[in-house]
This record gives sequence, C-alpha cells and structure tokens, in this order.
Amino acid sequence: MPEFQRFSYDVLVIGAGGAGLRAAIEAGAAGAKVGVVCKSLLGKAHTVMAEGGIAAALANVDDRDNWQVHFADTMRGGQYLNNWRMAELHAKEAPECVRELEAWGALFDRTTDGKILQRNFGGHRYPRLAHVGDRTGLEMIRTLQDHGIHTGMELHMECTVLSLLLDGNRIAGACGYDREKGRFQLWEAKAVVLATGGIGRAFKVTSNSWEYTGDGLALAYRAGAELQDMEFVQFHPTGMVWPISVSGILVTEGVRGEGGVLRNSEGRRFMFDDIPDLYKEQTADSEEEGWRYTQGDKNARRPPELLTRDHVARCINREVKAGRGSPHGGVFLDISWIKERMPKSEEHIKRKLPSMYHQFKQLADLDITKEPMEVGPTTHYMMGGIRVDGDSQMSNVPGLFAAGEAAAGLHGANRLGGNSLSDLVVFGRRAGRFAAEFANANGSVTIDEVELQTTANAALAPFDRGHAGENPYQIQYDLQETMQNLVGIVRVESEMQQALDAIGQLRARAERTGIAGNREYNNGWHTTIDIGNMMIVSQAITRAALLRKESRGAQFREDFPNKDSEWGKYNIVISRSADGEMQVEKRALTPMPNELKKVIEEMK
Amino acid sequence: MATQVTFRIWRGDRAGGAFQDYTTPVEEGMVVLDAIHRIQAQQAPDMAVRWNCKAGKCGSCSAEINGMPSLMCMTRLSAIDLSVPVIVEPMHAFPVIRDLVTDVSWNFQAKKTIKQFKPRPPDAADGTWRIQQADVERVQEFRKCIECFLCQDVCHVLREHNKHDEFIGPRLLVYAAALEMHPLDTEDRVSDLRHKHNIGYCNITTCCRQVCPESITITENAIIPLKERVVDRYFDPLKRLFRIL
Repeated sequence: MPEFQRFSYDVLVIGAGGAGLRAAIEAGAAGAKVGVVCKSLLGKAHTVMAEGGIAAALANVDDRDNWQVHFADTMRGGQYLNNWRMAELHAKEAPECVRELEAWGALFDRTTDGKILQRNFGGHRYPRLAHVGDRTGLEMIRTLQDHGIHTGMELHMECTVLSLLLDGNRIAGACGYDREKGRFQLWEAKAVVLATGGIGRAFKVTSNSWEYTGDGLALAYRAGAELQDMEFVQFHPTGMVWPISVSGILVTEGVRGEGGVLRNSEGRRFMFDDIPDLYKEQTADSEEEGWRYTQGDKNARRPPELLTRDHVARCINREVKAGRGSPHGGVFLDISWIKERMPKSEEHIKRKLPSMYHQFKQLADLDITKEPMEVGPTTHYMMGGIRVDGDSQMSNVPGLFAAGEAAAGLHGANRLGGNSLSDLVVFGRRAGRFAAEFANANGSVTIDEVELQTTANAALAPFDRGHAGENPYQIQYDLQETMQNLVGIVRVESEMQQALDAIGQLRARAERTGIAGNREYNNGWHTTIDIGNMMIVSQAITRAALLRKESRGAQFREDFPNKDSEWGKYNIVISRSADGEMQVEKRALTPMPNELKKVIEEMK
Repeated sequence: MATQVTFRIWRGDRAGGAFQDYTTPVEEGMVVLDAIHRIQAQQAPDMAVRWNCKAGKCGSCSAEINGMPSLMCMTRLSAIDLSVPVIVEPMHAFPVIRDLVTDVSWNFQAKKTIKQFKPRPPDAADGTWRIQQADVERVQEFRKCIECFLCQDVCHVLREHNKHDEFIGPRLLVYAAALEMHPLDTEDRVSDLRHKHNIGYCNITTCCRQVCPESITITENAIIPLKERVVDRYFDPLKRLFRIL
C-alpha cells in the first residue's frame, strides 16, 4: 500500500505564479495556515514570460482614465460575454493592487514627475499599462516571491498534483507526489485555491511554458466543478516560426507598436486589405498615417497591424493558406524598414525592443534591425476556465476557489493585453481572502483513505506496463498535432468532429502508457499525468467550440463566419455528469445591473 | 538537413553515475534542449531534465555544456563543434538529484537570510512615492536576474570550497545589491554582508559575470559596490579613529 507524507493546512494554494502567490500572501495575512504546491521551482511560473505590462486605471499619463473606462474596454474586448462583476471589480481594484506591488518592492518605469509610467496597448482607450521595459512579468513574480517567502507559507516545489479530495461535496485538500523522490503527499485543507494557469501545451505551436497543461481545469472538472468559455483560446498573431525548434515563442505586440509592418511574400502590406467595418473609423487609411500614429501623433489613426489579436491572426493565416506566406510558413514582420524614416534606426530598435533583438539574434541568428522576421500565430492564452463567483472566486464546489488564467469570466470571448497581470493580483487577492474566510468558518475535513489509495495505485500503473506500454511523449505529440490542425485558429464542424474521434482514440492509448525506470524525477511519469489532464481540456475546448455556432472574439468558425446576437446571450458551461460523461450546455448570462449598462452606453 | 550527432549525457543520482552516449539527428536552428528532448522522447523516457519556458526567461534548464555553465534552451547547436560528442552534465556546485537535475533548494533557503525590502514611508500626498526614472534604472540590471544559478555554479567559493553555509554567492549578492540600491529601501544589510554572508570571500575573479545569460555585470556593478560599503564602514582608518574618539 503506497505511503503518504501528510500535511495539514487551512488554505492550500496550487500554483505559484502571480495569482497563486498573491492568494497565498493574502490568506496568510488573514491568519490562515497556508501551503503552496507548485509544479516547478519557485519563481519559474509562466508569469515570468509576460512582457507588456499590467493594466490599471491609475490615470498617471492621461487623467481622463478611470475604472469605468477600463471596465467598458474590458467588456468590449470580451464581446460582452464577460462576467460583468469580475470586470467591474478588476477595473476598480487593479490600481490598488499595482500600488501594493510597489510597496513590496516592485519598480516600474516612471513619468517625468516620478509617478508610475503607463503605456498604450491594443483595446485600451488610454495609456494604462504600468510596466518595466519588456519584462513586467518577471518584476511582478519576483516581487511576490520575495515578499511571500517571509510570510510563513509552506512551499512544496516541484510536485505533481494527482487529484483533489472531497469530503462529501466539500473540498478536503489534494494529493500528489514530489518529483524529486516520487513520494506520495497528502495536503489536507479546508479550502483550496487553484491558480494553475492555462492550457497552451495542448497545442503544438504555443508561447506557453512546459507547465501549461491545464492541470487545474482537469482537477476541478473531475472534482465536480463547472468549466466555462472553453471555446475561447487566444491565438497571438506573432510568434516565431523559424527555426522550427523555437516556433511559438512570442514576438511582442510592441514590435508593431514601434512601427513594425506585416508583409506577405509579394511584399504587400496585406493588413490594409481587410479592415472590419467596426474598426474602419479608427484605422489609418494610408501607410503614412499609420507610421505617424506609431510615432505618437495623436491625430493619426492606428495602422491595421494593430487591429485586435484575433483578426490579425486570421489575416496571417489567410495569407499563408493562399500561398503568399514566408519560406517557413509565416509572414514577414519588418521593423528594419524604419531606417527609411529615421536616422540611427538600429540603435532605436535595440533600445525600444531589447529582448526581441536579443531573442532573434540568439535563437534565429537574425538581426531584426537589418532583416524582417518570420512570424505566425501561436497559442497564447485561455479565456475559459473554472466557473467562479465574481466576488469570492469560489467554484460550485464548496471550498474550491480559482484565480488567474485558470478561472473563467473576466475576459469573456477575448482578452485585452495587460489585463492578465492585473487579473492575477486582483483575483489572487480575492481568492486568498475568501478562501481564508471559508476555512475559518468551516470545521476540519475527513480524508477518504480508500480514494487516496486508489489514486496512488492508478498513478503507479504505468510502471507496471513498463516498455510494453504506450510512449507518453508520443501521445502528447499526437494530441498537440490534432488540436493544432483541427481545433486551431479557423474551425469547422467536420474537422472538430474528426478531432473528437482522435481525442477518443488518444484517451484509450493514454490509459495504456508505460514507463521505465523508477519514481525519482522521472519526466516520463510526469508526462503520463499531464496528458490525462490535456485530454480533458482538449475535449472540453472542442465540444464547446462545436456547440457555439458563430464567430465571436477568439473563436472563428469557417462554417459560421458571423457573430450571432442570439449566441451573445449565453456562456457555454461544461461539467461532468454522474456517469462520468462530459456535459456541455448553454447557460444564460446573468443580467447586468443598470448602472453598469449605463457605463457601457456612455463609453460607446 | 539532418545530421547525426552524439550527446554524451551524465546519467545517475546521488550515489554516482556515468556518461552515456546517445546519437540523434539534429536540424538547423536546434538548441541543446531540443536534442535532449528528442533523446528523452525516443531513447530515454525516464531521463531527468528540468526545464520550463524554453525561451531563456525562467532560468530552469541550467547545465554544463562542454564544461561551460549554460542554459540548455539558449545554446544553439550551431555554436558547438558537433564533430565530437557534446558533453552535457548537471551543475557541479549543487547536489545532484538525478541525471541533469540538481538540488538548488539551498539558494531559496539562503535568500531568506537576507533582510527583506523595507520601504521608507510614502512621501507623496496620495500615499505613494515619487521616484525618478534614473533611480529605477540604476537597479534595473540586477532585477533582470532569472535565478538560473549559473553564477553560483561557477563561483569557486561554492563550487570548489563548498562554503554554502558561510557564503551566499553571486546571485544573492546581486539580490542584496538590488535591495541596498533600491530607491525606497531603508534596511541596513552591511553588517550581515560582512559577518553573516561573508562577502569578503569573493575575490572578484569575474567568472560569475562571464556566465550570466542576462549579461548582468555582477562583479563590477553589484559585488564591488557592496564591498565598498563594507570597507567604508569597517575598514576606513579615519572612521575607525572617530569611533574610538
């Protein structure tokens, strides 16, 4: 019988990125005994990858900004499928959360009068993103990490979580194993916060790190929690496409913001060919005007390269499919051309885009000040996730909370850049506070020992099959191919049906995985657990995308290319039925209060 | 065009191990981590490798490639002589867990011994601070650190002399410098740097600066100014005289 090391907490936080750390700090401050379980080493979570900044209506650069404008921008970006309460709280609390980070040691770039500087970003009406160069995420996670380690939280680094535990219908903790030795661990807890991030690794081309296998979503789903908005996966238009081994790594929107242009193999700026009616008024009608906008001319309109991420991604896709792509299956993104417009352009590019210069120089042996880059869409962010209460972040499972990318609601059908880092701290803080309250108000839990043993035995089964079993790496690869090719940026019913069949077959194979060696730091073993989670997430994405017969935000259906106002009344909610089958249903949006409707009307 | 390349990878655990050769096809543009992944997926599924972002931003995949402490995800095969086996081994300054993965938990424990950030009271009317960009920029360099611990790995005080109990190493000296030079910080770490963290053990060989993937000027910009603060306080003859008087 497998042995468990046992730990007991008031609040268990799973995940140690921005949301998890912020939740742990808050729960600790509320007096809870806090444990944090994370998949990697502390400080390595995907938050480090964020570049642009953190959106908060501080009004430091433009005093017309306030929470109402930020709220309306977020709702418009999300095509009004957002949880309006979350969008409201987010807009109201983000400034305070940014100031809190500063009080804990974060250093943001400054205005000339010494305030926190804010920059423009797609979809935000005013300059709103507090930032530090192009490494804001690192600044944020390091601040939370260095503050957090002095608050008494107990850390369990490099652990795999196998299952959430229930006591009746209430959460009772989680179990898993530590990677180093492969010893089983039981983390008993009165409340659990899931802050496990996204799902990018279910796709072949992604900007997401290794950890992003949808663990929290799958854990919550299996424990009876509802998932929502799973059809909305954001594809960032510009990821690297060459060399193959680095394809998917993000090329920041900032390149286009600084005047970078997209061209096809014929040298044409194809973004001018397809400007949606909704944006015609706000988009430049000449290359000249677009250039002036990027250089800060307030009377000029933005170039079409800076249209919403979903649209730009689809245009790139269209060019490639029409045979007008670059040699390695992308299009050209050129910033070097600005030498025609300014002296010393090379120094300018290196100063404005240091990490991009470095990234291409080091990984692609390409000097972006001299040559165009090759770019294409990359899986970037999951708008969907665990369905939570807007105020408390609690799911429908009592005591189970979620925050950050793992939770659904704030971003609706499409996320604005910069709204993710603020999401982490605003809702990490709320989840931590309400989880501590829940733990305080509810007594201790009882662990189902039989369940624990069953989970451990199932986790060990691949060792029994050894070399005779299926190779987990191959299954992961095949799943990524399937999702990339059939449920990607342009979706159609027949292909998604094909994907469901393929996922069914992959699931059968995933149940027969075999691994050699022992339990100590065995990457093969970890992969067998990851792919189980990715199967659930992939199935949920595909089922939701099939049901939503329209194109909206990040979801584009070739067979239903238009937005359908009827579909604008529903979220798609996914849950596990008593017999273990995946249930997919339409759920009407909660009516918005009049005062918020008024805010949206006024901002139109 | 795929060519066959041999990687000589250290396999083993705390009890010991040995190099093992794996030959795998490589293509243009690949980095060392790609080759390691391919070997793992096709030939050695249980090989232990730590990695995360694969974009040089998280600092997880630190190892020694042909003897040089490096990030596996940022080392291109085109920069290496592939006509002879490529040697990949775990960092030496930390205990091995298995294969290429080392136990770096000491760094996290040692960090806790450095006094945390302590800001001065807010001085602006709105309850926040005014800070000049120049003051932000002064410490930016230190705050770029991705905690890959390659500088710790190459530091002879840790690597050769195993002074982990007495010396905090370059990474944590950079961390202390970031705090000491933070425009809002009011804490005093100079005494600790001398007595507890033994900054004096560093004899500025600059090895740490040479392996830093973020090109932080560790020795000159972080360690030497901290040493100067220690010297100013404890070894300035005039100040000593004043203290006696």
